[in-house]
Amino acid sequence: MAIKAQLFITCLAEQFFPGVLTGMVGLLERLGVQVAFPEAQTCCGQPFFNSGYRDQAREMAAKWLEVFGSSDGYIVSPSGSCVDMVRHHYLTLFPEGTPERRRAEATAARTLEFTEFLVRVLKVTDVGAAFPHKVTYHASCHLLRGLGVREEPKALLRQVQGLTLVPLTSEETCCGFGGTFSVIYPEVSKAMMETKVRSIVESGAEVVVACDGGCLMNIAGGLRQAGSPIRAMHLIEVLAAGRGAS
Amino acid sequence: MSHAPTAIDFRSNAQQVPPKMPAAVQKATAKFLGNRAALVEALGNDFWQVLRQAGHDIRLHSILHMDHYLEQAERAVTAAGGQVHWATDAAAACGIVLDIARRHGVRLAVKAKSMATEEIGLNHALEAAGIRVLETDLGEYIVQLKGMGPAHIVVPAFHLSKEEIADLFREKLGVDAQPEAEKLTQIARAKLREEFLAADLGISGGNFLIAETGTVITVTNEGNGRMCCTVPPVHVAVVGIDKVVPDWESLTVLLKLLARSATGQKLSCYTQFISGLPRASEETGPQEFHLVLVDNGRSRILRTPECRETLLCIRCGACLNICPVYNSVGGYTYGYPISGPTGAMFATQILGGAAAGALPFASTLCGACNDICPVKIPITDILLYLRHRVVEGDEQEGRAAPYPLKVGAQIGAAAMSTPWLYRVGSQLLKRLQAPLVSEGWIAKLPPPLNRWTMSRPFPAFAADFRRWWRSRRA
Repeated sequence: MAIKAQLFITCLAEQFFPGVLTGMVGLLERLGVQVAFPEAQTCCGQPFFNSGYRDQAREMAAKWLEVFGSSDGYIVSPSGSCVDMVRHHYLTLFPEGTPERRRAEATAARTLEFTEFLVRVLKVTDVGAAFPHKVTYHASCHLLRGLGVREEPKALLRQVQGLTLVPLTSEETCCGFGGTFSVIYPEVSKAMMETKVRSIVESGAEVVVACDGGCLMNIAGGLRQAGSPIRAMHLIEVLAAGRGAS
Repeated sequence: MSHAPTAIDFRSNAQQVPPKMPAAVQKATAKFLGNRAALVEALGNDFWQVLRQAGHDIRLHSILHMDHYLEQAERAVTAAGGQVHWATDAAAACGIVLDIARRHGVRLAVKAKSMATEEIGLNHALEAAGIRVLETDLGEYIVQLKGMGPAHIVVPAFHLSKEEIADLFREKLGVDAQPEAEKLTQIARAKLREEFLAADLGISGGNFLIAETGTVITVTNEGNGRMCCTVPPVHVAVVGIDKVVPDWESLTVLLKLLARSATGQKLSCYTQFISGLPRASEETGPQEFHLVLVDNGRSRILRTPECRETLLCIRCGACLNICPVYNSVGGYTYGYPISGPTGAMFATQILGGAAAGALPFASTLCGACNDICPVKIPITDILLYLRHRVVEGDEQEGRAAPYPLKVGAQIGAAAMSTPWLYRVGSQLLKRLQAPLVSEGWIAKLPPPLNRWTMSRPFPAFAADFRRWWRSRRA
């Protein structure tokens, strides 16, 4: 029986990175996964939770759980940050012993970030991609420290034909996005973003890869502002670049 | 209760950071982090994680049984000839020290490095009463000469270059100072030596307070701390009630964690144990010892389960060193002597949301602080809880954020969680943005997103997946 994946597309990827989502569907299907898309989904509530509005976040979390709680199989998302919200912070929104809490725990347990799903569940690192470029990797904070996913994205990149992975100084340092942080403290966000862009440029890579939309819009914008030709791409976009006929 | 009546404006402070500051800060923090990493590696990461967990458990046990251990400590200190005073807030703590100083006719007080006295504003209170207060930790001495507070909880003057310090010494001390570390230290040492001998009162903090023997522990790298506690006839230790730990076995774990995390040393140069007054057989030391135990909002922190782990902090400064925000703005931007992630967490609770509500938002929630914390404080979870308290208020504080924000959040949440409204909205944004978009980017946006576009373009709205998904299934 085929493994099932419910797409948790996240509001940020939906609004700004449609190519990541179509790429994710293509990759999952290529790997034999049965993909479903619960259309009633919107946003997991993280922006509200992180801004302190827990009542609003709780309402949105309840809706998210309504949409995904009744689904079956895994719930797979192209964002470590949104999975971290579901896996860790939903639990703080619902008191222990309540039915919502039980539903949150059960649903969170089968919600996975894309690279986690590929490497830990499907046990795949070679997806048959080819990408003949020099690539460096930025570790998104919530993926790395929230979910503890450190090696999986790089393991996937190493199997891409023609790809050269070059190290990034301070790979694990935040790029300065931080959601609303970027508009509450724009000068600080800018300073952090510029530090990140500088190390990407110094890495000598043609492409910088990350696994979260927030980091990507920040880093891509920063590279563009700096007039750099380096492209910022989601890991899925790189993996979706196939080896021709497959 | 609060001694910082005006609200801390983190953004405005960040805008005023001198251009050279971030590089100086980053150079110093990189050194500490490098030393720390080498020592952790030498111990082995597995063992380090065991130590962290033990440190966490010891500290949590200590604060959850704080009442018991503090009373035990009080009995031990009293039995050893010391006097214990309890201060509910900053003003009471300053009042107690001032009374002691007045009783002894103190004109000059020398101080060892202490964050608790920074927190309660002790220098200001003593100076207002005509007592001269001299910081004797080299870094504190330097920033005091400069008329500033500490920029870092462990290394207060680390952001200043040798040249800046030499200029300062020439200006304030009237000496011919050269920008060489050793020579500058010699100058300070000579000046301070005279002051130690003239001082009527020595003031210190305490890194830990051991309940079973009533021992105040100070951890320093300079002999000045020891001079403050032994040369003047009276010694006052000002210690937060959160510093108590049960016993010496607990201390061994915490000492192993502290210096490694702080400066990347196995042990600091001086670890001082002060148990009441010197024994009769000992000839040196003060004739009076006072321990001032400061609450100043800690009991309230302890009563709040979501943020009580704030009190586990052993003030090592590792979270400052690793924090990308701290590294971009330095310590002064936080507007509070305890800066960085731990300072944001502490100040918001001590000063209240109205005064310090900007601080829990001064974090990208990247979580590097959580991972480096030697006692495993879930710092970002606490900051998130404090954001909630700032915007939605609680019984004691009320709401600190303006009401329109709350209404905005309600409208935003309603729009984003109603599927049809969300879908229509995202298509509407695609249409509305058209005149602004060039090559998939928007160069300038109206407020509040102009704060984004002042530094980099914003990506164009491009929601298309749902249409693609449906067309594919048709």
